[in-house]
Amino acid sequence: MRYTAKKLAMMLLTMVIVSFLAFLAFQIIPGDPTVRLLGTDATAESVALLRAELGLDRPFFVRYAAWMQGALQGDFGRSYSYAMPVSELLAGKIGITALLTAVSFLLIVTISLPAGILLCVREHPRLDRAADAVNQLIMAIPPFFTGILMTLVFGLMLRWFVPGSFVSPSEDFWRSAAYLVFPALAIALPRIAMTVKMLRASVRGELTKDYVRTAYSRGNSRWQALCHHVLRNAVVPTVAFLAMTAADLVAGSVVIEQVFSVPGLGRLLLTSIANRDFPVVQAIVVILALWVVLVNGAADLLNQRLDPRLRLS
Amino acid sequence: MKRKFALFLALCLVCAVLGGCGGGSKRGGAEGSNGLDDERKANNEIVVAIPQDLADSLDPHGSMSAGTREILFNIYEGLVKTGPDGELIPAVAESYRISEDGLTYTFKLRENVKFHNGAKVSAEDVIYSLQRCINNAGNMGDSALVSALSAIRYDELVAGEDNTVSFRIDKPNPELIYFLTVAVVPADYDSLDTAPCGTGPFRFVSRSPQESIVLERFDDYWGERAALDRVTLRVYTDPTALVLALKAGSVDLCPHLTAAQTAQLGTAYTILEDTMNLVQAVYLNHNMAPLDNETVRQAMCYAINRQEIMDMVADGHGVAVGSSIYPKLTRFFLPELVDRYPYNVEKAKELLAQAGYPDGFDLAIAVVSSYQPHMDTAEVVVEQLRAIGINASVQPMDSATWLNDVYVGRSFQATITGVDAKNVTARAMLERFVSDNGKNFINYSNPEYDALYAQAMAAVNEAEQTELYQKMETILCDTAANLYIQDLADLVAIRGDLTGLRFYPVYVLDLQTVHYE
Amino acid sequence: MRKMKQSRRMIFGGMILSGTMALLALLSAVWTPYSPTAMSGAEKFAPPSWAHWFGTDQFGRDIFSRVMCGMGTTFFIALGTVLIGALIGILIGAVTGYFGGWIDEALMRLNDALTAFPSILLALVFIALLGFGKYNVILALGVAFIPSYARVVRTEFARHREMTYVRSARLMGASHGRIMLRHILPNTTRVLLPALVIGFNNAVLAEAGMSYLGIGVKAPDVSLGYMLSESQGYMMTAPWYVLCTGAVIVLLILGVSLIGEGLQERRGQ
Repeated sequence: MRYTAKKLAMMLLTMVIVSFLAFLAFQIIPGDPTVRLLGTDATAESVALLRAELGLDRPFFVRYAAWMQGALQGDFGRSYSYAMPVSELLAGKIGITALLTAVSFLLIVTISLPAGILLCVREHPRLDRAADAVNQLIMAIPPFFTGILMTLVFGLMLRWFVPGSFVSPSEDFWRSAAYLVFPALAIALPRIAMTVKMLRASVRGELTKDYVRTAYSRGNSRWQALCHHVLRNAVVPTVAFLAMTAADLVAGSVVIEQVFSVPGLGRLLLTSIANRDFPVVQAIVVILALWVVLVNGAADLLNQRLDPRLRLS
Repeated sequence: MKRKFALFLALCLVCAVLGGCGGGSKRGGAEGSNGLDDERKANNEIVVAIPQDLADSLDPHGSMSAGTREILFNIYEGLVKTGPDGELIPAVAESYRISEDGLTYTFKLRENVKFHNGAKVSAEDVIYSLQRCINNAGNMGDSALVSALSAIRYDELVAGEDNTVSFRIDKPNPELIYFLTVAVVPADYDSLDTAPCGTGPFRFVSRSPQESIVLERFDDYWGERAALDRVTLRVYTDPTALVLALKAGSVDLCPHLTAAQTAQLGTAYTILEDTMNLVQAVYLNHNMAPLDNETVRQAMCYAINRQEIMDMVADGHGVAVGSSIYPKLTRFFLPELVDRYPYNVEKAKELLAQAGYPDGFDLAIAVVSSYQPHMDTAEVVVEQLRAIGINASVQPMDSATWLNDVYVGRSFQATITGVDAKNVTARAMLERFVSDNGKNFINYSNPEYDALYAQAMAAVNEAEQTELYQKMETILCDTAANLYIQDLADLVAIRGDLTGLRFYPVYVLDLQTVHYE
Repeated sequence: MRKMKQSRRMIFGGMILSGTMALLALLSAVWTPYSPTAMSGAEKFAPPSWAHWFGTDQFGRDIFSRVMCGMGTTFFIALGTVLIGALIGILIGAVTGYFGGWIDEALMRLNDALTAFPSILLALVFIALLGFGKYNVILALGVAFIPSYARVVRTEFARHREMTYVRSARLMGASHGRIMLRHILPNTTRVLLPALVIGFNNAVLAEAGMSYLGIGVKAPDVSLGYMLSESQGYMMTAPWYVLCTGAVIVLLILGVSLIGEGLQERRGQ
């Protein structure tokens, strides 16, 4: 209980640091939203006027405190670009990115776990080597390149999906999910390869241990040994790895969203940075950090449950 | 045995996941024989691809990017509006009269013009709109609009009987009428920045940031109703994704394509060509030596091979220009200026040596990295300048930095960009080169030019004013104010069975007359 | 036995691949078949042939020459990134892992925060501050990579700190610095080396990603990532542009990761 409380405090601290860093980042980046908003109408005077109107001429800590105060009440301010409340702006996007991440994770788990385990059932040297080679190859391909190739092959040649016809989940959930399978796959592919490799290494490592030999001597077949003993142990580092993967899946989606024109948080983040739309960027950074922190925290807890050795006093 | 079966199961699982989902998406959306969606045709609606999101407040009196402005053209109208040939046509006002001495303007409003929320347009709305506009314009630094509209004596702005609005001005201004294209908005309406409400042929339905904007036909439009029921403007920021969407038939109309993109499209689309109505040039900072030397600038003009640029960057599409007026401003454009400095490497080197730089000099050309046509042009220009000994290099930067450092901060040597105008006046293009103008980012200073401008502002009739503007245009060319290149080609892909798109001399996308055949 | 052979084969194969790439990259500094910037309107979009092994791009420039230069830039960026990230990361990790205490806690919090911070934003901040160009990309990525190296090294140093050989060294009066440098550090190479190799690959991928998004290396510098993003726009008229550039990136990463894999197998992971 004490541990959980301490963990929560740590997570909160991390979030505060992240939000501070993001605020700081915008303080030092050249260019502020006023110039972009005014565009080619910008002159020195109009810029100054707009800055005052948006409250950008207040000192740094005053602005940060004001933002923090609003954020704690759920008010993230108004977007400079879209002139609408940030929470309203993000509401739809979160759903899209969440769906994309969920589908990616689902794909990773449903493909890598069975594949990894099945490849360990029998020792087949040539298959193992081939699997290793394929693994290496897949990990070497940049995800956005995969995305481009997929759009070409699955989108144009096979017509399994129509590029650019994204429908948002609130309109048609299943069609949205169906479209997202392809970007999700592009994100998932290298991570599937990594998880499979991890799992196989882990399983193979366990198989050399004494207790497995004991199991064999008691008459268990390899398959039985696997199911009853090895997997339980091999799964622990894999779960840790999967958790780490889940945490950085959202980061992976940023580039892929560009390739497949999926209007999620990643794309919004990039354009908002380019437009110096601070309130939106702050909010998205906080959300992304929250996701990473939560997933890592959950992974730690899960790890503890699975592996009593890791329990700390 | 068991292993083979298990592997087989795994394979089936994978196929099921992919295939099932794939099949599902195939079922949705009827596809015509050429891949384009027949469902949309049956519903009389189209999907338009736009390359940039409308990341602006939708307030028509506010500052906004050209992309937002071109869409809002369908939603808002002023007392008058610009027609396809550059002439003004009456919009909210059914007719107007300017007195003999040019000091009194009277507008008779139409009886049947309504706002999208159903309210009838009254003289109060017009007065409110003009005042609101000038207030906003002042904050925005749009000096042209401010000085034009502030000539109106607002305390004498009256709503007359039988639905007229009239006002007086102090000095005659033949250009004032062109500035009265500013939007007329309802006086009692609050949410202009997120929910537009105007008098145009289309009304605003919804906006989903980064995804789309939806417009629908306004059935109570005073004029000829729009042909289409519904228009969805979908945002495609990635050029490749855009081409893929076009090839897959998800998009019916797509303006502002590059030659490389249109080359990849099949026969399902007709490609229409027009110009972007801007002046692309290498803009030179006159406060930086040696660019303050006219001979140096002229030498550089001779080194630029415009045809090669257009060939390399856009397959030959584009229209060369010689000064800061683009060709479709027909009232002012002087074709003889275009070839004032024909491509001549020898002459360029000669002039450069004459000016005292036989070994050339270093030149950094700032370019917004996200706009590919300018980046590509920059690469070609760099090679052309190197050929005469100038050590040119491209300095890519993002748009916010460019606006901040180059446009407002004016700390640059040279930059490649396109300058356009908000309305069909020469003033919009030329006034920025007056020495003390707030937007004179090239720091151009020429007393003769300033004097001519002052005269143009005081001009009483249009002919006189036009002549003065043309003289100013000539000076810009003669003094090689910038290295003028072209008005970029605007390639529009439109599906074969869609027609009716009209081109304008300003940056607008008029959807009113677009219809299925 | 089989494992040894396989690992040796992997390292060998990897070294051949990356060796060839590195050689070509170095060569590009002095010689390329054609000038990477020479434009030729007549030869736009020429498919691969004996004259142009990889064909030509939208300006008629030879793609193979550009790929060679691009490899040079990518190598340079990836090596620079690993250098900065590893050096500083090792320093931080060693100090915090060895000394522990509140400075460890504080730096680890910062580390966590930096990891939770979207790396894209981090890179963007640097690029926005310093401008585009390969040195700034190195700086941006290098700093972004510090947390992961720091973490790995810290765990190792914390682990080794409790070991007997370190305790005895302390008892014998060795200074902290000496212990860290002479004793613990060599023992961490087993973990560090694969991390460096993976870091190299991640740097190549990250640079490619950043250039694709338009926030990395730009003209006039040539990098593989930038070429890949450029080539996308011409995917249908000149597919060889995308495929050749993409293939080179894949082979580069593959080569290095084979070496890394081989090393790992060797040390009996």
